[in-house]
Amino acid sequence: MTLPLVEQFQYGLDAPICLTWELTYACNLSCVHCLSSSGRRDPRELTTGQCRAVIDELDRMQVFYVNIGGGEPTVRPDFWDLVDYATAHHVGVKFSTNGVKITPETARRLAASDYVDVQVSLDGATAEVNDAVRGPGSHATALRAMANLAAAGFRGFKISVVVTRHNAGQLDEFKAIADRFGAQLRLTRLRPSGRGAGVWDELHPTAAQQRQLYDWLVARGEQVLTGDSFFHLAAYGEALPGLNLCGAGRVVCLIDPVGDVYACPFAIHDSFLAGNVRGPGGFAAVWRDSELFARLRRPQAGGTCRACSAYDSCRGGCMAAKFFTGLPLDGPDPECVKGHGQRALSAAAGAPWPRPFGDHSHRSRPVPVSIGRRRPPDRACDENPLAGFTNKKQPPKEHAAWRDE
Amino acid sequence: MPATGGAAGARAGIGFDLDRAWQLHPQVSVRPERFGALLYHFGTRRLSFLKSPALLTVVRSLADAPSARAACEAAGVTEAELPPYAAALRTLAASQMIRAREDQ
Amino acid sequence: MSERVATADITEADQAAEPEPAEADLLVEEVSIDGMCGVY
Repeated sequence: MTLPLVEQFQYGLDAPICLTWELTYACNLSCVHCLSSSGRRDPRELTTGQCRAVIDELDRMQVFYVNIGGGEPTVRPDFWDLVDYATAHHVGVKFSTNGVKITPETARRLAASDYVDVQVSLDGATAEVNDAVRGPGSHATALRAMANLAAAGFRGFKISVVVTRHNAGQLDEFKAIADRFGAQLRLTRLRPSGRGAGVWDELHPTAAQQRQLYDWLVARGEQVLTGDSFFHLAAYGEALPGLNLCGAGRVVCLIDPVGDVYACPFAIHDSFLAGNVRGPGGFAAVWRDSELFARLRRPQAGGTCRACSAYDSCRGGCMAAKFFTGLPLDGPDPECVKGHGQRALSAAAGAPWPRPFGDHSHRSRPVPVSIGRRRPPDRACDENPLAGFTNKKQPPKEHAAWRDE
Repeated sequence: MPATGGAAGARAGIGFDLDRAWQLHPQVSVRPERFGALLYHFGTRRLSFLKSPALLTVVRSLADAPSARAACEAAGVTEAELPPYAAALRTLAASQMIRAREDQ
Repeated sequence: MSERVATADITEADQAAEPEPAEADLLVEEVSIDGMCGVY
């Protein structure tokens, strides 16, 4: 009798199965919900040589593939060299991009490679909905990139959407866009991480939208990807395709632009920092020996969720979502489908949420004072450049942070 | 004509032809683990978890064995234990992790 | 040829006699590389 996978992983894997690698905090955009609070390059970024050393380690550890992101990874001058280096060293690559550098030429180059996949970010089927979150012109940039990829013969690239209150009614339109370009649609969960903490209250889907999303996804099976980001919805009944468990520190992790290793890209915070790849044992030592990961790999106490009939399905939901909304990690997910999370949030109303960590946002507005305050609602000193703007209003036109490089 | 002959067991629910010669797909990367192994197919981007070290031994020795049945036997799998191994190999064939050898 | 048929028959007979392995006994589990939470 073999153990279910969930229990196998408690003993730890010798290497992640795949991981996210944020290559840079630099970005030409300033999306309101950016999980990594990106915008400005960090001067301590790993050098090309250090990046190659990481790839060498991933090769030795037999990490199957790496999701390269950022910030906007293509703004690093050595981006294309690093992608080639990875694929030449048995590490598959998928990179996430807003599309700014996906020209007809780079699209052709990508289409020619078997081991590189592309994921274009889009958060609105229309420019009105998309640009309210990602900035003016970003919808056009993304669609141009998609057209270039399709024209170059790149079939099956990914279009990745963060589901919000404002785009939850556009799912069919997103699917149509994917079909138009021969791409595969990916819907992912908004987490209150990075700048997301400041807009989560107003942007996360309503309970009704969450149910509709679940039904829509179940109907489409493996046609639509989710990155396993909606495993908390398994409490509704049938689980969506995927491992349906939190992979942080167990099967996946994040390497950030300065080499810090976090449990996952939605958990960029001191509490989830496992080490740095520049330490004596490199990335491998962090993955195998860090105290944080050892703790995550032990069987988790169900806490207050244990008594719930759905616990075996949802496993208490997303650690990062709980952490950044100030909820205890052994309690319900803020979006628990049974409403336990909403009740917990209401009971804790006024209690401070963890402060954002490592803010690399463009300095186009004052740095907010954030001592002990609960986020949101937005106010004048909010770090969000679109504070006060909804998708019904026009954001400022010539905002420095949104200028394409 | 036996159903398992032509398709070499690649269709689910039909069964798996243990008496054919098989091999790992060349685009598959095998990573041994404590619980068995991880298999990743670079072409299909699918991941398979082998939850038995004996199954890993079988899969790795397929290319050198005259048949899947012989590979199972060499790995210490008894006749009684064969059905779950056949089912596992059928799943792997259906997802192209393994494929029939043409050298017979 | 007849040996091959016999083998196939035995396999199918086995399957008729013994039910499919219970899910917990499945030796292989498959998932898409996209099916892991914590990768964006």
